[in-house]
Amino acid sequence: MTTEHLPEHPDFLWRNPDPKSSYDAVIVGGGGHGLATAYYLAKNHGMTNIAILEKGWLAGGNMARNTTIIRSNYLWDESAAIYEHALKLWEILPEELEYDFLFSQRGVMNLAHTLGDVRESVRRVGANKLNGVDAEWLDPQQVKELCPILNINDNIRYPVMGATYQPRAGIAKHDHVAWAFARKCDELGVDIIQNCEVTGFLKDGNKVVGVKTTRGTIHTEKVGLCAAGHSSVLAEMAGFRLPIQSHPLQALVSELHEPVHPTVVMSNHVHVYVSQAHKGELVMGAGVDSYNGYGQRGSFHVIEHQMAAAVELFPIFARAHVLRTWGGIVDTTLDASPIVGTTPVENMFVNCGWGTGGFKGTPAAGLTFAHTIATGTPHKLNKPFALERFETGALIDEHGAAAVAH
Amino acid sequence: MLLISCPNCGPRDETEFHYGGQAHVAYPENPAELTDREWAEYLFYRDNTKGAFAERWLHSTGCRQWFNMLRDTVTYDIQAIYQMGQLRPATGPTAPTVTSPVSPEGAIK
Repeated sequence: MTTEHLPEHPDFLWRNPDPKSSYDAVIVGGGGHGLATAYYLAKNHGMTNIAILEKGWLAGGNMARNTTIIRSNYLWDESAAIYEHALKLWEILPEELEYDFLFSQRGVMNLAHTLGDVRESVRRVGANKLNGVDAEWLDPQQVKELCPILNINDNIRYPVMGATYQPRAGIAKHDHVAWAFARKCDELGVDIIQNCEVTGFLKDGNKVVGVKTTRGTIHTEKVGLCAAGHSSVLAEMAGFRLPIQSHPLQALVSELHEPVHPTVVMSNHVHVYVSQAHKGELVMGAGVDSYNGYGQRGSFHVIEHQMAAAVELFPIFARAHVLRTWGGIVDTTLDASPIVGTTPVENMFVNCGWGTGGFKGTPAAGLTFAHTIATGTPHKLNKPFALERFETGALIDEHGAAAVAH
Repeated sequence: MLLISCPNCGPRDETEFHYGGQAHVAYPENPAELTDREWAEYLFYRDNTKGAFAERWLHSTGCRQWFNMLRDTVTYDIQAIYQMGQLRPATGPTAPTVTSPVSPEGAIK
């Protein structure tokens, strides 16, 4: 290869500034949620003297490790509202951010394999329709028509008894989503500061007034935490607790194949979720590893289990190979719903607990969290997702719709 | 996969075990007197330590007994395995690695 054939390096999409000594607000965590929060702070609330602090590289945590599924078919009103708002934002964001991040509304199917699954699924379709979320119940024949490679025979341990289907759901290119937000943030004046780990907080009484980092101390009036699996670590530094348990969540891809899988298929019961990425690799995920872990890796038997499920449902996958597996650190709550709101520390706000499903929520997390940071009070969409719900008992149990066991 | 030394059965694959979360969380002594905040702490709040973490495991497909384990949540190294009811062993760079003595018969010495 000769150098004359190498393309020009593309323009950088954002600056890499040194941190200033003070900002109006600091967002901790440069993943999808941190970027979206900064974007909406700048766009909707005119707060442009702000910084995103990222301990590693931009969008290198769960944003780089998820299976990119976007859907809004959650059971309860509160969840349907925030996830459906996210989906509506996904539909307009490519144009708004002037970046085609390949949002492909190819539909998502959630399979039912037991009578209990069927009842729960039909109930959820009804709840979704009442909340204006597109949802359908499919019988096995309709499942087969939409996804011909699925095995709907009754010769397997848990035959497909039907599925919920959300046509507007789909997948997007996660890296491009991050880059799209990052470029717009940068244009609006937001400082994206990578390799800058938060090591502590400066407080005046119970009020946060600054952030200690590996790149110096930064004074700020407001701090928003968007650190997913590391939220508890930051909260401990700030002097409060979160009802979060961090677990490894693994995913894998196969080698590239011709397009064979037209939609996204998720199964709670045999536990695997599969789509085919634009490039052609099969992308699969499963449940979390049972133990707490910050290691960004899990145990191999979890991978083995999800592949067994995948091969049973999709017999043609038996000849595919695992190319790569990896893990992220997911911040799970006991009701499988996120926490977005104020904290016991004044001027410090937290967005966490999205657990296994944070990618799909990115735009709504950013929009509502930005509102909360800018105004000091929650947006109507994130009000039910306050930390206080664990004291009041107003939990939002989405273990069924979360579709990832934990 | 973790290789876990059950105090009763010796080293077995992780797939034989179930995870029980944080160890040493006692049931409230006077449940009727707890505030909502205290109930929330008991029900929903657990330590989420990055580093040495004391947790419970159940050898569900073996002896079906619970035991405690001290494990690093970053490296996943198992630092100590000890009986239910025993205090958490000391940790730190100088702390000795505690291994459960298991006799050939599988009984604890």
